[in-house]
Amino acid sequence: MKREVRFAEIAVVGGGPAGLCAALEAARAGARVVLLDRQDHLGGQLIKQTHRFFGSKSHRASQRGFKIAEALTREVASHPAVEVHTGATVFGFYEDGVLGVEQKGRVFYLKPARVIVATGAAERTLAFPNNDLPGIYGAGAVQTLVNVYGILPGRRVLMVGAGNIGVIVSYQLLQAGMEVAAIVEAAPVIGAYWVHAAKVRRAGVPIYTSHTIKEAYGKREVEGAVIWQLDGDGKPIPGTEKDLAVDTICLSVGLSPLIELLAQAGCRLAYVPELGGHVPLRDENLQTTVPGVYVAGDAAGVEEASAAMMEGALAGLHAAYSLGYGQQDYEARRAAIREQLEALRSGPVGEKIRRGLSKAIIQL
Amino acid sequence: MRIEQHPILEFRRGKKVKFIFDGKEYEGYEGETIAAALHAAGIRVMRESPVLHRPRGLFCAIGNCSSCLMTVNGEPNVRICTEKLREGMVVNSQKGKGVLYEKRS
Ligand SMILES: Cc1cc2nc3c(=O)[nH]c(=O)nc-3n(C[C@H](O)[C@H](O)[C@H](O)COP(=O)(O)OP(=O)(O)OC[C@H]3O[C@@H](n4cnc5c(N)ncnc54)[C@H](O)[C@@H]3O)c2cc1C
Ligand code: FES
Repeated sequence: MKREVRFAEIAVVGGGPAGLCAALEAARAGARVVLLDRQDHLGGQLIKQTHRFFGSKSHRASQRGFKIAEALTREVASHPAVEVHTGATVFGFYEDGVLGVEQKGRVFYLKPARVIVATGAAERTLAFPNNDLPGIYGAGAVQTLVNVYGILPGRRVLMVGAGNIGVIVSYQLLQAGMEVAAIVEAAPVIGAYWVHAAKVRRAGVPIYTSHTIKEAYGKREVEGAVIWQLDGDGKPIPGTEKDLAVDTICLSVGLSPLIELLAQAGCRLAYVPELGGHVPLRDENLQTTVPGVYVAGDAAGVEEASAAMMEGALAGLHAAYSLGYGQQDYEARRAAIREQLEALRSGPVGEKIRRGLSKAIIQL
Repeated sequence: MRIEQHPILEFRRGKKVKFIFDGKEYEGYEGETIAAALHAAGIRVMRESPVLHRPRGLFCAIGNCSSCLMTVNGEPNVRICTEKLREGMVVNSQKGKGVLYEKRS
């Protein structure tokens, strides 16, 4: 079959915070960018985040996530050097560097000189009896239904996981009018920042640490869940079961980087649990082991939005520079972004990420 | 259930449209996904698994996991968590693996 291939300077796959910043930085340096996202709107995970952001002081902290997405989307849409394609899924990365794209039932092919993959991450599930019943969702999925479409999936929810996402989504579900029966957390401590945890506790939601879900039950949909306590070795303690009448269960047990396209491209991967699973090896400029192919944001390692934005900017900057653009300002700009990124990852909160990155960053 | 009042968000809904789900008529709004419209009507079961015939619903709601495949206007395996609702759509629960040649041209 004959296929028509379009050439491009830089293609950015994914229009979340990482991809948006990658596109902007490259375009500002003078390169021409094609930005592709399979959703009908740009912004990635940010569009459903109604809370004020934690994260770096310098980088839009205390703004609400969806406001950041709106601002970045406006900047990208009004930049003449960025061509935006929404509703466009990149389904393949071929040996010859060609990307296959499906957009509204039509297929086209792109051969970019540089590709930045910023596809984000996927929510994980957990193994327990009946974990496939309708009514069991990823926490981010429920956040999409509630905050983007204004629809409640049920009346009473059990949240599994007390990290930032679990606790923040619990609070947002309360705001939207759902009842949160409990939050369970397998670890002995709450992982979320205390501001958010304190808010849900004040609202009367119990947070059971050293607890997990034993099983869900229901005929065709969730009708309830049984939770139980874990001992010091993480083994469940029989006799500690509690039965909760809930019609919804949210799993907030971590994310895994979406690296399928990078794997197809032939990038070398490594399993780095601190970064959420398999991630591509890359250098300080976010370039992978396949020359001209970059990764940024949650796809490079599950972190948070400010880091995703800065990684995107670094990747976009270097991709443009390597094509001969922005030669003059390159060093200064690069140093400024790297300094911000290092500040963000400093201190005890950044310890895990630093450990993960030490396994993923290589000299090319 | 639709949220009518929210402390931070305002939901701008599109034009009201009608669609058919498993032979019955429902209403939803343009601009929302099929999944959103079904959930608004309290419908959370989207298909049946191919081997054990277990009910399946949404899991990720952003097109990652393929838990939500349904038959839309005769075309099987549509991820209805990202497919937008349109006037007159015919949506059916999917049983097992979808069969492409059933599609009418
Ligand atoms: C509930 C919740 C609360 C959070 N709170 C905070 C917070 O307070 N502060 C903070 O800093 N961070 C927070 N985060 C994390 C933050 O949202 C993410 O780290 C950030 O969105 C990652 O950005 P990204 O651009 O890498 O990926 P994403 O935002 O996931 O964007 C990826 C984009 O790629 C697109 N895509 C994927 N595959 C393809 C493909 N094959 N073809 C085309 N397009 C594709 C997707 O449609 C998506 O738009 C939170 C996350 C969640 C879920
Ligand atoms: S719910 Fe995951 S693809 Fe639709």
